[in-house]
Amino acid sequence: MEFGQTITISALGSQFLVGLSRAMILFIVSSGMSFVLGVLRVPNVAHGSLYMIGAFSAFSISTLFGGGSTGFWLALILAPFVVALVSLIAERTLFCHLYEREHLMLLLFTFALMLILGDLVKMVWGADYRSIMAPELLRGSVSVFDSPFPRYNLFLLIVGPLVGIGLWFFSNKTKIGKIARAAAVDREMVGAIGINVSWVFAFAFVLGCFLAGLGGALVSPMVSITIGMDHDIIIEAFLIVTIGGLGNMWGALVGSLIFGLTQSFGVLFWPQFAIVFPYIAVVIVLTWRPKGLLKSVW
Amino acid sequence: MFRDIFNLKSVGPLAVVFIILLFLPPIIPRFYIYILAVIFVTALVAMSLNMVVGHGGLFQFHHGAFYGVGAYTVALMLTKTSLPTWVGFVAGPIIAALVGLLIGAFCVRLTKLYFGMLQISLGSLIWAIAFRWYSLTGGDDGIHGITMPSIISSSKGAYYFTLIVLAICLIVMYMIFKSPFGATLQAIRDNPERCEAIGINVRRHQLIAIVIATFFAGIAGVLFVVVEGSVFPDLLFWVLSLEIFIMCLLGGWFTFAGPILGAAIMISLRTFVGIHTEYWTLILGIILILLIFFLPEGVWGYILEKFGRQAREVVEGGSD
Repeated sequence: MEFGQTITISALGSQFLVGLSRAMILFIVSSGMSFVLGVLRVPNVAHGSLYMIGAFSAFSISTLFGGGSTGFWLALILAPFVVALVSLIAERTLFCHLYEREHLMLLLFTFALMLILGDLVKMVWGADYRSIMAPELLRGSVSVFDSPFPRYNLFLLIVGPLVGIGLWFFSNKTKIGKIARAAAVDREMVGAIGINVSWVFAFAFVLGCFLAGLGGALVSPMVSITIGMDHDIIIEAFLIVTIGGLGNMWGALVGSLIFGLTQSFGVLFWPQFAIVFPYIAVVIVLTWRPKGLLKSVW
Repeated sequence: MFRDIFNLKSVGPLAVVFIILLFLPPIIPRFYIYILAVIFVTALVAMSLNMVVGHGGLFQFHHGAFYGVGAYTVALMLTKTSLPTWVGFVAGPIIAALVGLLIGAFCVRLTKLYFGMLQISLGSLIWAIAFRWYSLTGGDDGIHGITMPSIISSSKGAYYFTLIVLAICLIVMYMIFKSPFGATLQAIRDNPERCEAIGINVRRHQLIAIVIATFFAGIAGVLFVVVEGSVFPDLLFWVLSLEIFIMCLLGGWFTFAGPILGAAIMISLRTFVGIHTEYWTLILGIILILLIFFLPEGVWGYILEKFGRQAREVVEGGSD
């Protein structure tokens, strides 16, 4: 390994942007998980499965509309709603009856949901690899730091902050968002002033899952869509929300940046062991700050 | 002391099951012998996890890492060195316990979910190393065709070996469970603040519990290699750890023997439902949901609650 020869400023720069755009996907997915975790206090193990359903539905919707630009944009808009619908059904029929139970039981439920959704995806879409094309506008690459940078990644760099702003606006400026934040801090009090806490939970759960679906739809043109894509994202999202501070949305953003950047720089420095860098970062952060970087809502 | 702990009431049923299992191999097909051996191995790792989860109240989310470390240690020592087999068998649990000590020392500073998450990332580090270090661990292929001494290389030999090791481990675990240390651990689970207040070193007790549990997980890892003759990185992946965790909840994590039942249910489901349909995880998921709704104490917990008194009376009546 000769560092000086292979790593130039432009390589660093473009790798920085790649890491940043990866972080945007991670942020969208993990902010959804963080939202559920903050309000329901349950790590949703099925979050990755919903992300996978998001990607597969994006594939189906885009194929249904001919696979062109319209197909892609429609898929991007509709796929998260498909996921939200799935999660709403699961929440209202089963999950909502369990809120009074032991916490580990809720965890067990989301695990069961992961098993069921994983097999349902296999039934509906099969075990083949799928892919979608990004629309004309977002194909190819532009030159950044004298090296080619995919336009789609640039698109992600715009969408990520938009989602972040949207979430901030929602949870700080709208009534239901404020109620959800209040429920995260003290659910008994929220119930005592006459708000139906069960519906607040349902709403938070569905919104979190919607974000998982959005992440899946956004990532679909970049990866091959397949069974098993849920396993990688779920553990990353878990670790991100933990190092950021449980239930803290900005924590999810910081965690995603740490994860995405260590991943992409790791590829540059030591490709064979690139996957260990984010884990090392998590260990360092949690050893240094056992409760995560930002304030947890718990 | 021995008689206080091992009375007929508490271990009678298990002893009966053990004796039945001893006489099973000549009369059942080879495939079932293999499946039972897999159940013994999995039961041991689930039991070891329950020492920290059920009795210690710790969120040990990546227990599979220690199981895998035990298995990889044996596999590497048997394939890469010319040391005698028993050295590998002893080294497996010891290395697993050392890794447990190291990871545990980091983790006990944290509580609940943070504890679990830190453990997942530390365990994933081990997974990533085993997954990527092709020259040593064979990467995602793993290590196959590990030869065992002739006495335990047949399926019957492996069966008896795993059964006897499991039985010994269960006796030791039960003694720990009933010892003052076990009682302290359960007290810490129920109320860590109060234990701290009366002068118990909570973190040290938790760390010791983790080391003991990971030692047993290492033994289970050794047994895995005995039964399967191979290792692969999935042993260290967090999905397996979660499965082991689920076995504890499924069987009944506040009971002593529950995880054995959980492991048996899980392995049987995978094997026998898996023969008929490729969608066995769907069935498993549905069964889990039914359990959550109808048997929240776990299967064994439910049995104890429902039939506990009658069963005890029968045993007592029989012993007169």
